[in-house]
Amino acid sequence: MAEQNQIFGTYLFGADAAQKGYALNRMCFSFNDKANRDEFKADPAAYCNKFGLTDEQRDAVLSGNVISMLKAGGNIYYLAKLTGIYGLNMQDIGAAQTGTTVAEFKEKLLAAGR
Amino acid sequence: MARILGGLAASHVPSIGGAIARGLQQDPYWKPFFDGFIPGQQWLRDVKPDVAVVFSNDHGLNFFLDKMPTFAIGAAPIYPSADEGWGIPVNDPWPGITPLSWHIANEVVAAEFDPVICQEMLIDHAVCLPLACFFEENGTKKGRPVKIVPVGINTVQLPVPSLKRCFEFGRAVGRAIESYPEDLKVVLIGTGGLSHQLEGERAGHLNKEFDKFCMDHMAGDPSPLTKISAIELIEKAGTAGLEFMNWMTMRGALLGDLREISRTYHIPISNTAAAVQVLEQLPRMAQAAE
Repeated sequence: MAEQNQIFGTYLFGADAAQKGYALNRMCFSFNDKANRDEFKADPAAYCNKFGLTDEQRDAVLSGNVISMLKAGGNIYYLAKLTGIYGLNMQDIGAAQTGTTVAEFKEKLLAAGR
Repeated sequence: MARILGGLAASHVPSIGGAIARGLQQDPYWKPFFDGFIPGQQWLRDVKPDVAVVFSNDHGLNFFLDKMPTFAIGAAPIYPSADEGWGIPVNDPWPGITPLSWHIANEVVAAEFDPVICQEMLIDHAVCLPLACFFEENGTKKGRPVKIVPVGINTVQLPVPSLKRCFEFGRAVGRAIESYPEDLKVVLIGTGGLSHQLEGERAGHLNKEFDKFCMDHMAGDPSPLTKISAIELIEKAGTAGLEFMNWMTMRGALLGDLREISRTYHIPISNTAAAVQVLEQLPRMAQAAE
């Protein structure tokens, strides 16, 4: 049975997402090799097609929308290899997902430590 | 016989590697974190271990979702790393100790655990960076003072094992190490955590109070920790806070009485509540009957 998620803003990666997101995560796994990152950068849409991404996954990747990638079954540890290609760090991604500026996101982290 | 000297725990965040490469240990952002390793470095210089058994989770470098082992034991002569997709500096390989790896595998399977045994294994930042921080004095290369046995735990894809199961698996690993006939000095390292969440609208979730509870019970009675379910751990510590499973497994492998040598807790490193804890296992006259 898939884990039921009742935690706000949290995308549990279990039976449903692992199956739905398989092609997307497999593409991100390929980015461990620089040659594959270069091939993606040269033509992202073609690279998505090569890995058989669904329309939803491809649109999410091409628009750079991390929440859409999560809804399409992406796992954040794998997606981090994709966002790294665009030079985005985890504060950039955190701000984008939470609808804040990077400065606001960093301030939220600091506040949690006080 | 092999002897377990103690357990060390440290958060792992890829950007720590970048900070080491750029020599930022004294930078105001990084200093509170890197300073947390100093007592552990000193203790390791004093006790001079031969082997580190490292409990961690792979982040899509060695394992993909095609085959995701719940527990995996490295049994390779050498463990290389890679850039993990980010073009970051690649750590030099760490040497393995295959006779000990196979001994642990034999003993834990005899104790009715069922790990995957890996004769080839890439190690990612979760293994390399805590080793670098504890053994290389913040990145100054001093060779490879210990051989390693990496133990991988699936914290990435549900279902994940319970903290109770991690603790009990750790118990079996600890007993296996202490039944190894060679006179080796062994330290345990649990990596990752503490609270953090990278994904979703709750990204940036941190929980100082819960992390303190975890560190208190790492040093003291661990039994309240083993009652926490995976979902409860996610709710409290964030999705990536599941990495506390690695700490729990390490804690399980400590079979004797403990003395807490140091503890550092700092928010944030990247999006993570960064923690370092060093627990010395006090020498025992005889193996406790357990």
